[in-house]
Amino acid sequence: MEIYWVLGIPLAGGIFLALWGCRKHAPEINALFSLLTLVAAAVLTARIVAEGPMMVGGEGWFFIDSFNVFLVTLTAFVAFTTALFSRPYMRIEQEHGRLNAHRLRLYHSSYQIFIAAMLLALTTNNMGILWVSMEAATLATVLLVSLYRTPASLEAAWKYFILCGVGIAQALFGTILLYFAAEKVLGSGGTALLWTHLNGVKAQLEPTVLQLAFVFLLVGYGTKVGLAPLHNWLPDAHAEGPTPVSAVLSGLLLNVALYAVMRSKVLVDGALGNDMAGNLMMGFGLLSVVLAAFLIKRQTDVKRMFAYSSIEHMGLITFAFGMGGPVANFAALLHMTMHSLTKSAIFFAVGHATQKAGTQLMDGIRGLIKTNPTIGWGLMLGTIAILGVPPFGVFASEFLIITTAMHEHPWATPFLLLALGVAFASIFGKVQPMVFGETELPRLSHQPALAPVFIHLGLVLMLGLFIPPYLAGWYKQAAQLLGG
Amino acid sequence: MSLTYHLQVVNLLAALLLLISFAMLSQRRIIGLVTLFAWQGAALALSTAIVAWSTGQHHLYYSAGLTLILKVIAMPWFFYRLVKKLDVDREVEPMINIPTTMLIGIVLVIFAFNLALPISQMSGTVTRSTLGIAMACVLLAFLMMITRRKAITQVIGFLAMENGLFFAATSASYGMPLVVEMGVALDVLVGVFVLGIFFFQIRETFDSLDLKHMEKLKEH
Repeated sequence: MEIYWVLGIPLAGGIFLALWGCRKHAPEINALFSLLTLVAAAVLTARIVAEGPMMVGGEGWFFIDSFNVFLVTLTAFVAFTTALFSRPYMRIEQEHGRLNAHRLRLYHSSYQIFIAAMLLALTTNNMGILWVSMEAATLATVLLVSLYRTPASLEAAWKYFILCGVGIAQALFGTILLYFAAEKVLGSGGTALLWTHLNGVKAQLEPTVLQLAFVFLLVGYGTKVGLAPLHNWLPDAHAEGPTPVSAVLSGLLLNVALYAVMRSKVLVDGALGNDMAGNLMMGFGLLSVVLAAFLIKRQTDVKRMFAYSSIEHMGLITFAFGMGGPVANFAALLHMTMHSLTKSAIFFAVGHATQKAGTQLMDGIRGLIKTNPTIGWGLMLGTIAILGVPPFGVFASEFLIITTAMHEHPWATPFLLLALGVAFASIFGKVQPMVFGETELPRLSHQPALAPVFIHLGLVLMLGLFIPPYLAGWYKQAAQLLGG
Repeated sequence: MSLTYHLQVVNLLAALLLLISFAMLSQRRIIGLVTLFAWQGAALALSTAIVAWSTGQHHLYYSAGLTLILKVIAMPWFFYRLVKKLDVDREVEPMINIPTTMLIGIVLVIFAFNLALPISQMSGTVTRSTLGIAMACVLLAFLMMITRRKAITQVIGFLAMENGLFFAATSASYGMPLVVEMGVALDVLVGVFVLGIFFFQIRETFDSLDLKHMEKLKEH
């Protein structure tokens, strides 16, 4: 039952906010709907923890197990904190004249629809509906990326739409092939695309067809994960969209796309009985890590730089999932969580820093620690956390990934270490003067909304020092489920 | 006996689809492209309906109906209006000249047939031989997206790709489950709607729908 609330609340929120329009308190209502979604997700999680995996509705339209329930909670949580952050942030953008009330209405409504689409993608049991909701999530965010209507933002949104559209069309073909293989075993009709049904008969699915299907699914959903060489849309969309949108794109959408890849991988592994899927993912992952690390060095725009850092981290997670096995899967799931929390926190801090400086160019942002110490500390701590400095949680997951790689695929380790080192040097070298440099800029006149930044970073720190046993058990269960 | 007769009609329509795909590649005017897109949708809807009739797969009728309403009536009408309103129907010069594009297209068709061969041998449907054509349509639409600069032509290319995918689904496995097809149709509809808004934004900002103005964001 809870599942209907989880999906219904943001959907209702989207419709309500579209009707509510430009009246007062729309940002608060947006936050309220996000809070309700979070509560519903928490209740759902409690139920799953107590009762184990469950199927809901008709022939099992929704399926929730420990793998997706943790992503549901994470999505609902980051969606809520981002809504909190966006309330003052978007008001200031409006005061600066970058937005008007009508666009704010579009923003609030699309934001809720976007969250609903992601939650549907996570909870649906039907591989076809998974595709539909991924596409819906793209469509909901296209107009958000172009919200400022500047030439650059329109170009970014166009690129986002076309590249992700083409990518997702490949995934549709993959889904068609999957259905084609499934229909032979399960018979035609609505149930042949249900993941639980497919999972039950995965050993009987035709291997050649599934092999081809996985290539298309990986390329398709991989475009949305931002895997190199299909990553071109990602830095533009992150840099040109409003900061709350960058935070949810980077922190949530990429995870959901990777979730779709993983659901497919479980089926293909079962049908093929070899490492084809894992090897492909390792290849794409490693390429993304290395390419992104070297591109970070050349960035001048702060949001673009952190967008490339997202590509790097998604590559690392994909690589870890590709290795498979309980430890690597555990590390990948942990890293997914850490990256979501840390990266969205960084985007919140960066948002305020750019708002203050009036530019996204890093040369224009200097000496945050003097003028606005909280923003400065937020950005610095977030950067340290994402770079994998202990005791933050990112260190734990990266350490696990690299030690596993040393064990199982020693050839990959030098590439990973080199890429992480290059990324560390370039990001730290660029953020340091932004925080500690000299500046003549005046202090930010308004109070920045930085509570979400420190809540996220606090969680990352806590998980780095101590993972509560029930959470660890939960990750272990999910890692087991993914096999490999 | 009647099944082979139907099959021949479906094969004929499949060939027509491929022809239209090539015609779209060579079409320079946007209005002409929209008309061809509508015809492609019509061929798709008709072939889906015939497959539904001859195999007794009733859910394919809905799919055919959706195609007819969305891709033959609603979207072409919308594009006609858009082109008129935005006044963009001038000759467009593709990035690669047309004869070369056609040659690349032929290579793609051969590639598609080879790719589809092992799958269509496994397929139990009566329409399996058309799978190669469906894949060729997808690749040709993709080629059109790459070689055209105007925003509207790219979108039509994208929708033509979707046509090819639907045809692939029909010929390999008599379509997808109905709920999925409805979802896909909904997405396409919303997508076109979003694009309508988007075109006006682009036009307002750049005073043109030519994508050459939108090449500022390069990988640094």
